[in-house]
Amino acid sequence: MSAHSVLAPAGAQAARIHAHWLLLWYVCLAVYIIVGGFYLWVLIRSRRRRPEAPADRTHQVDRGLGKYVAVATGITAATLVLLLIAAAVTGRDLSAYAPKPDLRVDVIGHQWWWEVHYLNDDPSKMIATANEIHIPTGRKVTLRLTSEDVIHSFWAPSLNGKRDLIPGRMNELVIEADRPGIYRGQCAEYCGLQHAHMAFNVIALGPGDFSAWMRSELKPAAEPSDPVARRGRDVFMGAPCVLCHAIRGTPAQATNGPDLTHIASRRTIGAGTLPNTPGHLAGWIQDPQSIKPGNNMPVIPLDAADLQPLLTYLETLK
Amino acid sequence: MRQYYGTILCVAVALLAGCQREQRSLRPLPANSSVMQQLPPESGLYPGGVAPAGQIDNPYAGNAWAIAQGQRLFDWFNCSGCHGGYGGGAIGPALNDKVWVYGGEPAQIFDSIARGRPNGMPAWGARIPRDQIWQLVAYVRSLSGEEPKSATPARSDGIEPTPFTIQNKVKGETR
Repeated sequence: MSAHSVLAPAGAQAARIHAHWLLLWYVCLAVYIIVGGFYLWVLIRSRRRRPEAPADRTHQVDRGLGKYVAVATGITAATLVLLLIAAAVTGRDLSAYAPKPDLRVDVIGHQWWWEVHYLNDDPSKMIATANEIHIPTGRKVTLRLTSEDVIHSFWAPSLNGKRDLIPGRMNELVIEADRPGIYRGQCAEYCGLQHAHMAFNVIALGPGDFSAWMRSELKPAAEPSDPVARRGRDVFMGAPCVLCHAIRGTPAQATNGPDLTHIASRRTIGAGTLPNTPGHLAGWIQDPQSIKPGNNMPVIPLDAADLQPLLTYLETLK
Repeated sequence: MRQYYGTILCVAVALLAGCQREQRSLRPLPANSSVMQQLPPESGLYPGGVAPAGQIDNPYAGNAWAIAQGQRLFDWFNCSGCHGGYGGGAIGPALNDKVWVYGGEPAQIFDSIARGRPNGMPAWGARIPRDQIWQLVAYVRSLSGEEPKSATPARSDGIEPTPFTIQNKVKGETR
């Protein structure tokens, strides 16, 4: 189960937002009860009294009302000003910039998937992956957000608020997970036909697990030992797949679609559309348009004699 | 009766607005096995100037969404690497003019893409699905103004420093 709720914060930033949310919740609840109580009181009171001719009492009623209106307006204005100050304080705390980010991750939005790059001063230690962002717990991670086509928005509710991915501009967002876990997020800015199927996972790991993950992610695709998997690799290299997908360690180096070097270790395919199982992967390869209509992966006819080895090969890409 | 003129007018406008709705086909086109085997003429010249009948039409002709997909694929598959951005020509011939070395009919352009041409045009038939080749055909024809202006892309996919449209290029205006 992955956490995907503003009410289940797992990091300092989300906890700050949660605290502000609770403040608004209790203040608005109190206002609701008070106003509702007055409303009910007026209803009940007017039923008990017999109707009077209001014309000759007009001035007295207005004078009394004026005092109440002035007091209620004053209380409302004061409450709003206090809430405004609270919001400003929360905003200031959230936008406090981490001067020395421990980890920089580029997240590039595409229709309708997330391209993820781990930056490093040593280019040989850079990692390219898709739709999953692994982070170590307890460290501030700066996400540098941009887009290749239209405006998307990064929203992992358990970790922080929303930040847009705007083409031609780089935004930054700092996230930090307190404890290991899987935190789901999704695109929060309408970006086309499959905006609803553009989810991602932020997977927080303990420091040792995170280092192990980075080491395994840096490895290129291993040479398959199984002849069926080798046949599957030949199918991949001979089919339209190579025009869009990359598998490091093979001649396939295209960057139009998600990097598949470690596809078998991901939890979902299609940016959170399907669980990553061989059956779902087979259905996705055979007809992505019926699962995610309008997405940029075309229907490519493959015989069963080609599809099965291809699946075997893709399952070796852990 | 006169008090209903407004209602009748609104209903008529609403009904007319439903006409001519462009089809956006997200499913693959029905298989047409002959399109890969049929050999259209390789030249644009015909005796007497009359093109032979029987060439396969582009099912995506005049479809704005398909042409927009072709615009995306033109860069994705690096057609612009040889033919230049917007078909302006580089080491490959320009596609935004009226000169067609191997014919400018849709079937002939499909053939050029799918089976390749001498002097450097690769054969993409095994790499690009048939539907996407037709989308590229529609886009290539739109580059030289052969597609309706209403379906031709009005802007590029990326950020342009100056306003630039394919229609401007086709009309001969410079940037």
